[in-house]
Amino acid sequence: MTTETLPQPAPAAAPRHQASTSLGGWLTRALINLFLGLWALVVIFPMVWLVYTSFKTDQEIFFNPWSLPTSLQWDNFVRAWVSAHIGDYFLNSLIVVLPSLVLILLLGSMAAYVLARFPFPGNRVIFYLFLSGMLFPVFLALVPLFFLVKNLGMLNSYVGLILVYVAYSLPFSVFFLTGFFKTLPSELHEAGIIDGANQYQVFFLIMLPLAQPGLVSIGIFNFLGMWNQYILPLVLMSDPARYLLTQGLAYMLHQQYYMNDWSGLFAAVTMVMVPTLITYVIFQGQIQKGITVGALKG
Amino acid sequence: MYRNKYRLIIPFLFPSVLLYVVFVMYPYLRAMYISFTRWRGLTPNPEFVGLENFARMLQDELFWNALQHNVIYLLTLPIVTISLGLFLAFLLTQGVRFAKFYRVTFFFPQVMSVVAIGVLWSFVYHPTMGILNSLLMLVGVQEPPVWLGNPDTALGAVGAVVVWQSVGFYMVLFIAGMESIPNTFYEAAVIDGATRWHLFWHITLPLLWDTVRTALVFLAIGAVDMFAIVQTMTEGGPSRATDVLATYLYETAFLGSKFGYATAIAVSMFLMVLTLSVVLMRVTARESLEY
Repeated sequence: MTTETLPQPAPAAAPRHQASTSLGGWLTRALINLFLGLWALVVIFPMVWLVYTSFKTDQEIFFNPWSLPTSLQWDNFVRAWVSAHIGDYFLNSLIVVLPSLVLILLLGSMAAYVLARFPFPGNRVIFYLFLSGMLFPVFLALVPLFFLVKNLGMLNSYVGLILVYVAYSLPFSVFFLTGFFKTLPSELHEAGIIDGANQYQVFFLIMLPLAQPGLVSIGIFNFLGMWNQYILPLVLMSDPARYLLTQGLAYMLHQQYYMNDWSGLFAAVTMVMVPTLITYVIFQGQIQKGITVGALKG
Repeated sequence: MYRNKYRLIIPFLFPSVLLYVVFVMYPYLRAMYISFTRWRGLTPNPEFVGLENFARMLQDELFWNALQHNVIYLLTLPIVTISLGLFLAFLLTQGVRFAKFYRVTFFFPQVMSVVAIGVLWSFVYHPTMGILNSLLMLVGVQEPPVWLGNPDTALGAVGAVVVWQSVGFYMVLFIAGMESIPNTFYEAAVIDGATRWHLFWHITLPLLWDTVRTALVFLAIGAVDMFAIVQTMTEGGPSRATDVLATYLYETAFLGSKFGYATAIAVSMFLMVLTLSVVLMRVTARESLEY
C-alpha cells in the first residue's frame, strides 16, 4: 500500500516541450539557470562561510567577516570539543538516540505486524488509539510529561528520555508500518507455518526482512527527528552534564554574552553540521524519500 | 494457523501500548485537566479553578503579543514557502542542467537541526561579524539594520530563516507530484499552442492541488509552533518582538512555574491547530481531479 501510492516517476518526466534554440528560449533558459544558481548560493554559502570561518581567530572574524583565514586555527576545534563540551554532548545524543532507534524499530514493527495481520477484538481500537497521537502537538503534553517523568524519578536520566522518545515516535511509526505489513502476501506466512516455523520465527525470519524498505524509511525519519529533537530534552534534561547536542549548541550560543569565544562556537557548529552533511550526501536519495514519504503519510 | 495467536499478540503489543498510554495518552488527557487548574507544581494536586485561566488569557497582553506573531507567521510563511517551492520545482522540471545537484542542495537544510540553523543564521545576521551586513555595506547601505537586535526587523529575520530551511522540502514534494502528471497532458497542450505559463497554471497547478493543500496544513501547523528557531535565535526578544505562543508557554511553565496557566495556553494552541487544519482542508477542497 505504501509503496504503491508513491508517485511513480514518469519515463520522460520533464516536459521538454519547447524549442530552446530561439533567442526567447535562450533568454528563458538563462533566467532559469540564474535563479537556480542564486538560490543554490543562498543555501550553500552560509555553510561554506561557517566552515572556513571556524578556522579563523576571533580578531579575523570580527574585522574581516568575508576573508579566508590567514592560518588554520585547529585549536578552535579542540576548545569546542573539550572545553565547550561538544564532545560530551555528541556522546549524550548518541547514548539517547541509538537505543531509541533500535527500540522504536523493534517495538513499532512488532505492534504494527500484529495490528496489520491478526484480527482480534480491540484491534481497531488500539490502532486508532495510536493514530490519535498524531493529532496532538507535543507542547500540549509538556507540563504533565515533565511531572510524570519527575515522579517516576527519571528526570535527567538517559533511560527516561529514551522511553519518551520511543513513545512519541510510536504513533507515526506504527501507522506507517501497519500499512507496510498489510502489503506482504499471507501465503508466505502460511508457507512458513507449514514448514514448521512458529509465529515468532515467521515474524523475525520472514516478515521483518521483507519489511526492510519500510524499516529503512521509518528509521531515517525517526533518526533525524530524534537527533534534531530540541523541546523534549530541554524540558526533561536540565543537568548540563547530560545535555544533548541541540541543547548544548543553544546553550553555547546563549553563553556567548559572557564567554566571548566566537571562533570556538563557529567550530562547534561546524562539527555538528559537517557529519550531517556527509551522511546526507551519501544517503540523500533514501533520506529525501524517507522524509517526504514520512511527512505525506503523516 | 491462528491457534494460540494471543501468545504472539499480547507480548508484541504490550510494550508499545504501555509506553504509549503512559507517556503519550496520559499526559495529553492530563493536560486537559491541568488547564482548568491553578498550579505552581508544589502541591501534588492542582486546585480546580474552572475557566479562570482562559479568562485570564483574554486579558493577558503578553499572550496577545505572542499570538499576534504566530498570526503574522501564519499569514506570510506558507505563502512565501509554497510559492518559492512551487517555482523552484517548476524550474527544475524544465530539463535544466544540474537539476540533480540543485535538488540535493536545496533539500539539505531540512536535514539539519533547527538549532544548528538558528546558530548559523545568528552568525549571518550578526551586526559586526555577520556576512549579511558587510555585504549590504559593500553595496552602499550606510547603516544596515541590527537584524535580530531590532524589534522592527527581528520577526522578519527569523521568518526568513524558516523559509530558507523549509523551501527545499516542499520543492521535493512538489517535484514528486509534478513527475506523476502524465506527459501526454503537456504534449496535447503544446500542440494547441500553450506557453510554459499556461502549462503551469492550467495543468500543473490544478493537478498538484492536493499536494499544495497538504503543504498548506503542514506549514500552518509549523507557524503555530516555531519554538526551536525562536528560542535559539532570539529567545523571544528583543523586548518580546519575536515571542510566539510556544516560547511564552515554555517561559510561563518552566521559568515562571505557572503550570496551570501555561497548559491552558497549550490547549488554546492545540485548538487553533485543529481548527486551522479543518478550515484549511474545507476551504481549499475542490473536486479531486482524476488522471
